[in-house]
Amino acid sequence: MSGGSERAQGRLVVLALFFGLAFATVGAKMAALALAGPLPGRGAAPEAIVADRADIVDRDGRLMATNMATVSLYGQPPQMVDPARAARELARIFPDLDAAKLERRFTDGRRFLWIKRTLSPEQRQAVHDLGEPGLLFGPREMRLYPNGRLAAHVLGGASFGQEGVSAAEVVGVAGVERHQDARLRGAPNEPLRLSLDLTVQAAVEEVLAGGMRLMNAKGASAVLMDARTGEILSLTSLPDFDPNDRPNPLTEGDQGDSPLFNRALQGVYELGSVFKTLTVAQALELGLVRPGTLVDTKGPIRQNRFTIRDFRNYGPYLSVTDVLVKSSNIGTARLALEIGGERQADFMRALGFMEPTPVELVEARRAAPMTPARWPEITQMTVSYGHGIAVSPVHLAAAYASVLNGGERVNPTLLAGGAPPGERVVSRDVSDAVRGMLRQVVMRGTASFGQVPGYALGGKTGTADKPKPQGGYYEDRVVATFASVFPVDDPAYILIVTLDEPEERGGEEPRRTAGWTSVPVAAEIVRRVAPLLGLRPDWEAAPG
Amino acid sequence: MRPFLSSVLAVPVLGLALWAYAQDNHTQLALREQKGLEGAIAAKREALAVLEAEWAYLNRPERLGDLARLNDARLGLVPITAESFARLDQVPYPPPPPSQSAEAMAAAEAGADWP
Repeated sequence: MSGGSERAQGRLVVLALFFGLAFATVGAKMAALALAGPLPGRGAAPEAIVADRADIVDRDGRLMATNMATVSLYGQPPQMVDPARAARELARIFPDLDAAKLERRFTDGRRFLWIKRTLSPEQRQAVHDLGEPGLLFGPREMRLYPNGRLAAHVLGGASFGQEGVSAAEVVGVAGVERHQDARLRGAPNEPLRLSLDLTVQAAVEEVLAGGMRLMNAKGASAVLMDARTGEILSLTSLPDFDPNDRPNPLTEGDQGDSPLFNRALQGVYELGSVFKTLTVAQALELGLVRPGTLVDTKGPIRQNRFTIRDFRNYGPYLSVTDVLVKSSNIGTARLALEIGGERQADFMRALGFMEPTPVELVEARRAAPMTPARWPEITQMTVSYGHGIAVSPVHLAAAYASVLNGGERVNPTLLAGGAPPGERVVSRDVSDAVRGMLRQVVMRGTASFGQVPGYALGGKTGTADKPKPQGGYYEDRVVATFASVFPVDDPAYILIVTLDEPEERGGEEPRRTAGWTSVPVAAEIVRRVAPLLGLRPDWEAAPG
Repeated sequence: MRPFLSSVLAVPVLGLALWAYAQDNHTQLALREQKGLEGAIAAKREALAVLEAEWAYLNRPERLGDLARLNDARLGLVPITAESFARLDQVPYPPPPPSQSAEAMAAAEAGADWP
């Protein structure tokens, strides 16, 4: 009996322990539930669902690049009912696909293949109507440039990076898309605002394309820059392309002939006489001469095996102003000799000619200027009129802006806002004097076609023979540049127009100098664009 | 006494349990609704993005230029030029109606209120 009760007691203890444990578990769970904080909030911002890459807009917020939801097409051959028919029908829907090749890929035992990266809604419906279970769609976000070719070289283009069935990352492949890739992905809900003005860009492209045709040039570029902030309002290079359907790079020949080539930024040319402005500005800044000082222009100058001569003989002396107005190589070369190599090199460095531009395009880093390694006298002289140094039109625009805006260095940028002017490169007086000289170049010098009713334009022409790839220069191929500032008495904008191998065939002999080719094109651009920029015409300074 | 106390305590416990169950249900419904709304917002945003892209596409300068040229007869739109600007003194404002100002002057001289 006592044995039985002992056993019963043992059972009770076990039972009590069991219940105790059970209650403790429930209690602990309840305590945990009671003590736990509120559930983590559901993502309150569903924005992230739409965009994973920020839009690109112009300075006024007009859309230049955005995302579109679309689908990609992939195949799973094991699930296909009739691979031969699928291949045939797909080739009918997409003329660029080859039915035989597709069928081979459907039947060679692979389990998965991509067929098309993006489909239009019509194509999607057509594929859907095939009713083939082995053809499947994956959601995609596609980069769209609604303005087509407009500002193609700035935008660059985008493509797919890592691809999966349910998503693919969009990566920039060129231009601002590539340079600002991290920013565009990092803050996808905040549009990237460029310094470009869509309307101005469209007008410049239209006029430049017309001018290029008229002047029989094989390429053209234009840079329009705010003279004070360095903001680029228009950056154009022709021929151009559609960033929605970016062409492949050339596999042979000169990449400089590809429409992908950005002449305004990657086109590193010897720009010729437009450099004389800078030489004269430095000579004035150093106090070596004044605008009226007479400079010896007797020539030609012979140094070693080089001969420096002028377009025509300008007599024994010219004033500094007239050296610029008549574009005398000899006069400028003599000024350069007085400046000296070291100071000339320092000035070129101060203007940004010794390094790639900081413009926010991925191509900028690779577009290093070609500058002399040493500065002997012959180099000093040739650099003074723009030979033996090769820079891009964007470089030149920034240098002109720095010298002509009152003398403060600007850094070119493609992002809205720009940067405040940097250190002083020339004094305000020198800046004013040089602008006055540039006005004279238009009024009575080499740029007489540059007169625009209502807007006082000042500028300098430059016609440089193109170098042959094997050395030496072509006789009949030039790069014609016009570097200008307007309005000349209150410098607001810098415009650089460059034509590649222009030929004006209106006269008896073809004319290639910038005065006959680039200047009229630039004048037409100013005539169209200045009112768009809100510049009030000044009929006294520039009568119609 | 004891069974009575237990049953008295059981009533609020049951009531609280019911209330807690209802709250839980309520929360689940709200979460489900939130999910639906989020989906709807995402769909709307996507539609908005498409409309914005379409707006930009239809308003691209190239197309507007072509349209302006096509409809030149009716619209007569030309690019803005320097001649489009005018000075303020070139704007022919209508002169103030003389009768009214005369009346106002007379009224002022008489020390009366505005007519």
